[in-house]
Amino acid sequence: MENMEKDLLQTIADIRGFMPGSAFSLRKNGEGVERHSTEHVRIVAKLDKPGIDIYVDDNTVGESVHIPVILTDSGIKDVVYNDFYIGANADVEIIAGCGIHNDGCNTSQHDGIHTFHIGKNAKVHYAEKHYGEGNGTGGRILNPVTIIHMDEGSYAKLDMSQIKGVDSTIRKTEANLGAKAKLVINEKLMTHGNQKAHSDVTVNLNGEESVVQIVSRSVGKDDSIQVFHPIAVGNNKSRAHIQCDSIIMDHAKISSIPEIAANHVDAEIIHEAAIGKINSDQLVKLQTFGLSVEEAEKVIVDGFLK
Amino acid sequence: MLELKHVSFTVEGKNILNDITMNIDDNQFTVITGPNGGGKSTLAKIIMGIEQPTSGQILFDGVDITNMSVDERAKLKIGYAFQQPPRFKGMSVRRLLTLAHGEELDEDVCCSYLSDVGLCSKDYLDREVDSSLSGGEVKRIEIATILARDVKLSIFDEPEAGIDLWSFAKLVETFQHLQKTSKQSIILISHQERIMQLADEIIIIENGKIKQKGAKDDILPTLMSEFEPCKFKK
Repeated sequence: MENMEKDLLQTIADIRGFMPGSAFSLRKNGEGVERHSTEHVRIVAKLDKPGIDIYVDDNTVGESVHIPVILTDSGIKDVVYNDFYIGANADVEIIAGCGIHNDGCNTSQHDGIHTFHIGKNAKVHYAEKHYGEGNGTGGRILNPVTIIHMDEGSYAKLDMSQIKGVDSTIRKTEANLGAKAKLVINEKLMTHGNQKAHSDVTVNLNGEESVVQIVSRSVGKDDSIQVFHPIAVGNNKSRAHIQCDSIIMDHAKISSIPEIAANHVDAEIIHEAAIGKINSDQLVKLQTFGLSVEEAEKVIVDGFLK
Repeated sequence: MLELKHVSFTVEGKNILNDITMNIDDNQFTVITGPNGGGKSTLAKIIMGIEQPTSGQILFDGVDITNMSVDERAKLKIGYAFQQPPRFKGMSVRRLLTLAHGEELDEDVCCSYLSDVGLCSKDYLDREVDSSLSGGEVKRIEIATILARDVKLSIFDEPEAGIDLWSFAKLVETFQHLQKTSKQSIILISHQERIMQLADEIIIIENGKIKQKGAKDDILPTLMSEFEPCKFKK
């Protein structure tokens, strides 16, 4: 693997290649190029369409599954379907993510469609980082779709971030929660230049005492455009708390469109949203430590998106 | 070390500060007091560079800093604690203290700064300096950021405001300790007699002017006698 590819992996998944002892699948330029299963985590290539099925056995605890995707050839359009079957009582970590290095003039695009089936009382931590780089004029596009079905008592934490360099993204996330299921979504997004980002999140709280907490933080710089549209639907005795905070800079445009619905008298749904520029007192405070305005802005933005 | 020469500050034709001339000596503890709206906080901001004077000159260790930015003054080792400190989403107390110090800080050292301002340090290091903290907690962390800095001159704008009584006693101890041990000059805006008792010099600012200044022992007795009982209770 070239150093540039290893660097991409490091950025999106904190690894530089296969980590022995863990399940691993690397997809590069539209093809699965390396795959390893473990005793309790099997990764199997789909036969009917591009993608993989990941089977985690019941009661599997403490395993990590890495499924990074990298695009290094300009002009690739890749659509991949990954289905996760997490057995009952399992407790695993899944590190996904896509890095695009585009030095050419053609658009590189990856659309990852991930569907989770999380078994009874299982726990999943899913981390997904999206990143683009390269000196070409070709676009870098990522359109992830994440669908989550959660059985009774299951827990899922989704850390989804788009660090930088992605020209256009349309993110769609849909979750269906069973009884006592708990879903936590942390979404971090930064756009710059003329980038566009649109994020739709729909959570259906179907089971009794299901809970969702969504924290979305974004920074829009230059002439970029962001739209957030989180929807929480309480169909049972349930709780939802959605918090969207955005820092707007330069000539960026940010919209936050909350949509909450209660179809049950014991559904408690809360949405908080705020968009604002960096507080001048914050800048001055950091300047009193000797930081320049530019350094202070970077510290504030990095902390906000940490 | 700090010299203000005929400093004035006008906003929309209104004189906020009017011809302020004053000197702060090395290692001097100066308390600035006076009625609300008299120009004390504006004076502190002008020394730090947060506001620019309309006229006049500011010298620090003989260097003209009148047109220097806030960060340039900070690099000359001037520190400033806000009366109402800003909050930061995503910034831990540990990170803020590290930024104040300018390089990585040992956990023990971080903790000692927090203890000095009456905070149980282990509980706070990884907490975010956001709206989850009370006004008093943020205020104490603000003071800790000045303790974490290596400064020649520190400016505190009403450090006692918003702090409960127990923490205030701890704060007075901290300033006492600073006064005795640190090699720095301190300018502290305060209305509290217990803090004024620590001063080498007291300056009274009223209506944008220095009404009176001098040694604590000369100023404090007359200052206290000005607070006559309410005429309706006479």
